[in-house]
Amino acid sequence: MGKRVLITGLSTFWGGRVAQALEADPDVDVIIGLDTREPTVKLERTEYVRSDENYSILSRIVKATGVDTIAHTFLVVDSTTMSSRAMHEINVIGTMNLFAAASAAGSTVRKVVVKSAALVYGSSPKDPYWFRETDKRAVPAKTRVERSLLEVESYVRDFARDNPHVTLSLLRFCNVVGPDITTPLTKSLRLPLVPKVAGYDPRFQLVHEDDVVAALLFAIDNEVPGIYNVAGDGQIPWSETMAIAGKRGIPMPPFGIALATEPLQQFGLVDFAPEIIELLKYGRGIDNRAFKDAGFAYEYTSAGAVEAFVQAMRLRDTVGSNEINYRYEEDVEKFFRHSPAVQRDQTTT
Amino acid sequence: MADEDARDEPHQPRTTTAEIVPLHLPPVADEHEAEPVHDPRPGDVDEWGRSERVRGWVRKAYDPMYRNWFRAEWEGLDKIPTEGGALLVANHAGAIPSDAPTIMHGVETELERPVYGLADQFFKGTPVVGTLWSRTGGVVAHPDNAYRLLHDQQQLVLVFPEGSKGPGKTYNERYRLRRFGRGGFVEIAMRAGVPIIPIAVVGAEESMPILFKVPSVARALGAPYFPVTANMAFGPLGALVHFPAKFKLRVLDPVTFPDVEPDQPRYSRSRIMDESEAIRQQIQEALFDMLRQRRSVWFG
Repeated sequence: MGKRVLITGLSTFWGGRVAQALEADPDVDVIIGLDTREPTVKLERTEYVRSDENYSILSRIVKATGVDTIAHTFLVVDSTTMSSRAMHEINVIGTMNLFAAASAAGSTVRKVVVKSAALVYGSSPKDPYWFRETDKRAVPAKTRVERSLLEVESYVRDFARDNPHVTLSLLRFCNVVGPDITTPLTKSLRLPLVPKVAGYDPRFQLVHEDDVVAALLFAIDNEVPGIYNVAGDGQIPWSETMAIAGKRGIPMPPFGIALATEPLQQFGLVDFAPEIIELLKYGRGIDNRAFKDAGFAYEYTSAGAVEAFVQAMRLRDTVGSNEINYRYEEDVEKFFRHSPAVQRDQTTT
Repeated sequence: MADEDARDEPHQPRTTTAEIVPLHLPPVADEHEAEPVHDPRPGDVDEWGRSERVRGWVRKAYDPMYRNWFRAEWEGLDKIPTEGGALLVANHAGAIPSDAPTIMHGVETELERPVYGLADQFFKGTPVVGTLWSRTGGVVAHPDNAYRLLHDQQQLVLVFPEGSKGPGKTYNERYRLRRFGRGGFVEIAMRAGVPIIPIAVVGAEESMPILFKVPSVARALGAPYFPVTANMAFGPLGALVHFPAKFKLRVLDPVTFPDVEPDQPRYSRSRIMDESEAIRQQIQEALFDMLRQRRSVWFG
């Protein structure tokens, strides 16, 4: 019997990507995606279920479908995209309810993969240059997104302790770049002059979006219980990242950045959350050796990920976006999935 | 019959699937793994922030200072290993410590291998200074950093166990070693399985003597100390220039721990403190010996 996978945050970038990748795997029988919004990418056989961000219907879904794997990709790590209240609801309350449903009596869930972020380590001058999975952060978390992710991880730990029969993989990803994803860093690198903090040239890692999806799939397909850092090889200085992008930097004052960049933020050109400013001052390194030892092979190094992103942007600037404007039509999707008229053996392409 | 036919027929060499696909696949996967992932790095900044290119420029710029200003003179430089990890441990002095660049420059030019200098996180947090500091081999003093440098990468690491208490002492306390922290450097050397090489440095104390300190300014700046130095008598630029004290550096016998297993989760606290104190004593005695022989602060 194949896997029955439930994905949280189907309509987010990561949920959609993971669902698409799982659809290509014949060993996966059922893919169910939860989200508050409709899917944003074309999906062949994933079943979309609308839910609120608290997953109140989750225990019913788990019971009814007998899912054995949960991919918890719906964690907000970019605090610039929403209010802190909404982020708290999604990250903390959502995770709490998710785990409550997954650990209910008679639950069929045997594997949970959580997509967390290296933000939980923070960024400060006191840090070790390479955080290992067992390391605690050097300074207390001040920003909302970091605090919220730490709370999420404490629920993850409780769940793992209470459910030893469940394989739980918690993956902490460093900053992501790639052709399709938009993050504060990719936005910055697309500006004519890339913002940097005067007097600092921090080193940090980057990971390609394909490696992120591959890492999540690796954790779904293999037995890798525990916490793992996921990051491309090599810490590269921000100046080198700019050099790969062929861009020059524009220095921001080391103090009062939020105020100095206010005009740019008004136009939505850049959006510097406090955790990004800290990163652009002190950088961060996370030791990725444990996940490699578990058998995962990266396709890109940190510098390679930047190069791939830059090349994709050059292509896009020349020939335009190749994105298909997809709109979820409930009737159409229902028809293809459930109508007796559809010959399903041939439709799987 | 089919059976008889099969018996009569001479054995036909028939290619079977098993023959096409050898049971033991050639190690294609291994070769693929051995092939490094494409890494388009334009610069040479390593994972510690050190750039050999920048370090080269700094060496070139600092060499006249090293040779003509401080006239650094080494004794027992051959005790520093030319390969493998080792923890260099020295006394620390001078408001802006001149011993760190002198030791690093000396070892790098004589032994032609990089030295990473561990220091307070204050440097990393300071704009401009922090970047330059890390490009020239400065690393935040964190046990994990030291272990990775010494054990995983077998590098030379320089540490001043006195920390900021060494350079932060006033002139009347010169050449009296402070407490060697909590002996963390001994524990790291034990864990990494590398020798400790004590170095006694004479000259740094007089290159920038501290007359007194202003704690309130230090607090405001977040600095470990704020000194008023004798060099400040020569104006604002003078405050940054060291006096040309004669530098003498004596490398003492390496300290190894043959009876201690590396990579233990913890080590005997009393053993650590004993070793730490013994090394402190060694450096202190070497300093007194060197000072007994010193005729002049400026000419050695």
